[in-house]
Amino acid sequence: MSASDQPHEHNQDSCRRYLSSLSEYADGTLSAELCEELEAHMAICENCRIVVNTLTRTVSLYRQIPAPKMPSAVKERLYKVLHLEAYIPPGPDAPDQPGQ
Amino acid sequence: MPHSSDDDLVARLQAGDQSAYAQLVEENAGKIYRLALRMMGNETDAEDVLQETFLSAFRSIDRFEARSSLSTWLYRIASNAALMRLRRKEPEQVSVDEPLERDDGEMIPRQFFDFCCLPEDDLLREEARAEMMHAVEELPATLRSVFVLRDIEGLSTEETAEALDLSISAVKSRLMRARLRLREQLSAYFSHGPLISEAG
Repeated sequence: MSASDQPHEHNQDSCRRYLSSLSEYADGTLSAELCEELEAHMAICENCRIVVNTLTRTVSLYRQIPAPKMPSAVKERLYKVLHLEAYIPPGPDAPDQPGQ
Repeated sequence: MPHSSDDDLVARLQAGDQSAYAQLVEENAGKIYRLALRMMGNETDAEDVLQETFLSAFRSIDRFEARSSLSTWLYRIASNAALMRLRRKEPEQVSVDEPLERDDGEMIPRQFFDFCCLPEDDLLREEARAEMMHAVEELPATLRSVFVLRDIEGLSTEETAEALDLSISAVKSRLMRARLRLREQLSAYFSHGPLISEAG
């Protein structure tokens, strides 16, 4: 039976108490002591292991989605609204990257 | 915290140098548009937020005190503009007084499909990406703003807190709730979505 078939309410204290730590664990910012405790729990709780893995994967997938590019017409209208027509850059926009 | 890398630009902006205004727009319009688009969910409202952000920034540049970077300051103006618009459109969805912590009943995982093993090409194909962005649009605005800045735009927890005028603990709490909700949505999608039916 796979983990997805097993009833696992995640309302047991042993699972619920780790919920608030999962996000920091995925970021690698959880304290060493709590990390060790969570990893020991994951070794015996398949559902918690799946939650941690899929949470980490979720974050990494979102970080890989290409950033939408601002249409050049939107950019031109912005410069006009701001009375900066003289500074509208020529040519197509360079693609923007997240975090820059 | 002073941001010395902005010092020269801020001085030129505060002196009314038009080329400095253009530089501020050129360097930041793309990311402000992305934030606005993620927050508002449509291009028309995103453009309004973009224009409002820079108009407001230009009007108040004299009061900029470099407690944050110019970029974070613009994110803050844009976030406020987006949240104000969303409150006008859907007041029940965007409460100013939302508690920082809720009963964690809303966070209890219910989906246990391990989609980590699916091929990367399937996870990131166009339909899956559309589903992922739809899931972000379904987040409450107060969670969405934190998730977009922190996980999509790549700001640090501290920068996100500055941009949204939140405490560090509030950012962490909202980010965790956003991530857990999205994980639930993606797990449900990947376990019942077309990937599985096609494979079967």
